[in-house]
Amino acid sequence: MRKNNINVLICGVGGQGILLASEILSEVLIKAGYDVKKSEIHGMSQRGGSVESHVRAGKKVYSPLIKKGEADFILSFESIEGLRYLEYLSQKGKLIRNTQKIIPLTVTIGGAKYPENPEKIAKDNGIDTVSINAIKIAKDLGSDKAVNIILLGVLAQYLGINKNIWTKVIVDWMKVKKLPPKIMEINKKAFERGFNS
Amino acid sequence: MKKLLSGNEAVARGIYEAGVKFASAYPGTPSTEILENVVQYKDDVYCEWAPNEKVAVEAAAGAAMGGVRSVAAMKHVGLNVAADPLFSMAYIGSNGGLVIITADEPSMHSSQNEQDNRHYARAAKIPCIEPSDSQEAKDFMILAYEISEKFDTPVLFRMTTRICHSKSIVEFGKRKEKKSKGFTRNFQKYVILPANARKLHLKVEERLKKLEKYGYDCPLNKLEINDTRIGIITSCIAYQYAKEVFSDASYIKLGLSFPMPKKLIKEFAEKVENLYVIEELEPFLEEQIRAMGIKVIGKDKLPITYEFNTNVVEESLLNKKSFKEIKVENLPSRPPVLCPGCPHRAVFYILSKLNVHVTGDIGCYTLGGLPPFNAIHTCVCMGASIGSAYGIERAMEDDPTGKVVAVIGDSTFIHSGITELINVVYNKGISTVCIMDNSITAMTGHQDHPGTGKTLMGKKTHKLDLVKLVETCGVKKENIRSISAFDTKELMKVFKEELAKSEPSVIITQGPCIFIESKDKKWKLFEVDSEKCKVTCSACLKVGCPAIYKDEDGKTVIDPMFCLGCTVCAQVCPFDAIIEVER
Repeated sequence: MRKNNINVLICGVGGQGILLASEILSEVLIKAGYDVKKSEIHGMSQRGGSVESHVRAGKKVYSPLIKKGEADFILSFESIEGLRYLEYLSQKGKLIRNTQKIIPLTVTIGGAKYPENPEKIAKDNGIDTVSINAIKIAKDLGSDKAVNIILLGVLAQYLGINKNIWTKVIVDWMKVKKLPPKIMEINKKAFERGFNS
Repeated sequence: MKKLLSGNEAVARGIYEAGVKFASAYPGTPSTEILENVVQYKDDVYCEWAPNEKVAVEAAAGAAMGGVRSVAAMKHVGLNVAADPLFSMAYIGSNGGLVIITADEPSMHSSQNEQDNRHYARAAKIPCIEPSDSQEAKDFMILAYEISEKFDTPVLFRMTTRICHSKSIVEFGKRKEKKSKGFTRNFQKYVILPANARKLHLKVEERLKKLEKYGYDCPLNKLEINDTRIGIITSCIAYQYAKEVFSDASYIKLGLSFPMPKKLIKEFAEKVENLYVIEELEPFLEEQIRAMGIKVIGKDKLPITYEFNTNVVEESLLNKKSFKEIKVENLPSRPPVLCPGCPHRAVFYILSKLNVHVTGDIGCYTLGGLPPFNAIHTCVCMGASIGSAYGIERAMEDDPTGKVVAVIGDSTFIHSGITELINVVYNKGISTVCIMDNSITAMTGHQDHPGTGKTLMGKKTHKLDLVKLVETCGVKKENIRSISAFDTKELMKVFKEELAKSEPSVIITQGPCIFIESKDKKWKLFEVDSEKCKVTCSACLKVGCPAIYKDEDGKTVIDPMFCLGCTVCAQVCPFDAIIEVER
């Protein structure tokens, strides 16, 4: 077990499966022996708005929200969403971003501009950034819904928690949800692809 | 057994373990998941959705008078609706335990104000209990019933969004069955005629004194004596942030925050050098402590608005910023939007084309006030749309015909719109009302209501017929129009016809929320034919669908991951460039 707390901020767009990802991560951390707190906001819309979820683990966790400057990871499900939370990252923190773009309505009709090079923005701010095209991998595997499992795989690379815990939690979740065998296989592969990326 | 539970899930577990037999609620963020989780214990706890919060509290109060432990849950503004029975029950007391849960919403993530409902406990003179994590949410619920029965009082159980929607580890206990005490007639207690109420008020004042004494060493209030240079009085989620910032300080954490245990506070104040009161929203504890003549640091430094977090507490009290500020300029915002396939989209598209004032209400459809529609011009509270339209029409000096439309959801109409419509007819108004019927309470996450024909416990029941109801309110048959929510041409035609009439009319736009059938339904998929599309026209973008956007080459495209094939964009395309394709 790590001495310090583990803080992961997961963000993206409503409908991308962020809350499920934070559930799985929390379960993994509990199985790894940590005290865990997790917090998210159920906003006004079901799909299309910004979503953020905080997951904290440690020997004893008080605040369910991550303090700015103390996040170990931002796991951004969308190309620019992570940029909203950069000041949450600690000095050693890492931004893991899916390069998938979801164009907000404020760009489509509101005259706002979608940033051309989000990775450069992060790096110019001194942020250690890992980018992955998870939607492409998911489509290759046969289900665009596998994005969240791929991204959890990437996070798992760095988190240093026994991989068997991860796979057990994911399989248990799929069994509870009674996912069809085909989708279960896709999700298992998705985790591996993320983990070995 | 230990499990990671949200505050709402934990409270539901607490309700179960406390032996509660009756639970009622009207959905409202952030309280909704309480009853959604109580239903897993339906073999032991009867539970239901009420048409509104007043009904929920009255039914729960009835069950409590009838001798069983009962609960009503609601969001903070719901307690405004239920305030009438709450204040009466404060005099009547309990029989079986009675707990009213209020879920307050600092920062207003999905609410119209951030009222601090601890004030209700003080105004009604009933105890207020505040948990600070999920374990306490469960354990305090059980204690709430002990207090309710011991002191013959309803208990206000106050949570906030961050308690409701944060998860932490909870250790489960067993349910303790409570036998019904039954209803025993007691004229002096249950009939609050003035003669009885006068006597009951004396009892209420006595009760408060006893509760204050109980608070001195009750299990709800926790005293932590560490370093006495800093003493902190706090409650609810603020305790967690305070612990992050002042890990070595001494604490009183009040789980029973009203009536405040004055003796305990006085002794604590004498022990510590500097006394802070750290509480979200109102200086509820602080003002009472100051009134005791004790010096504290509180809202002179801490904000009175919005949610706290560790940074807010640290910056306000220690003047310290321990992170590097990074603001990425010009990031496009991503405000909430109507979902792809939403049945409200076409209605707002049409309303935005008609030159009318639109009075709105509380629900997903309040988003019709945002671009590109900008088609909601007032939003007050649950049910207010019809009254607002009626009042605006009354205020017009020239003929108000055709100038105002009230929009209200099916669940909201049943909650508190019906009496408003009766008023329009009774007082000879002319309002045009649109009931946006998506067959569910959508914004809170899809709960049944009397118009869906299904109960919370999954039973089939009478389905309220909105057309018949509206007719019974006195709207003429020919002025009641039930139409598809997706047909833009028909919508335009019907709105124009009804707006032209100088008498009340009701347009019911029908289209189920996409989430009701999302599992089984085969959704259609549309695509932009780039040869036919005249990119500059942008007509389809004006339906405000998050599935449509312009790609890097400036071409209009539809994201197949989001499109559900509602056809609204295809209907408004002047070049027939949006076509159905195979999914």
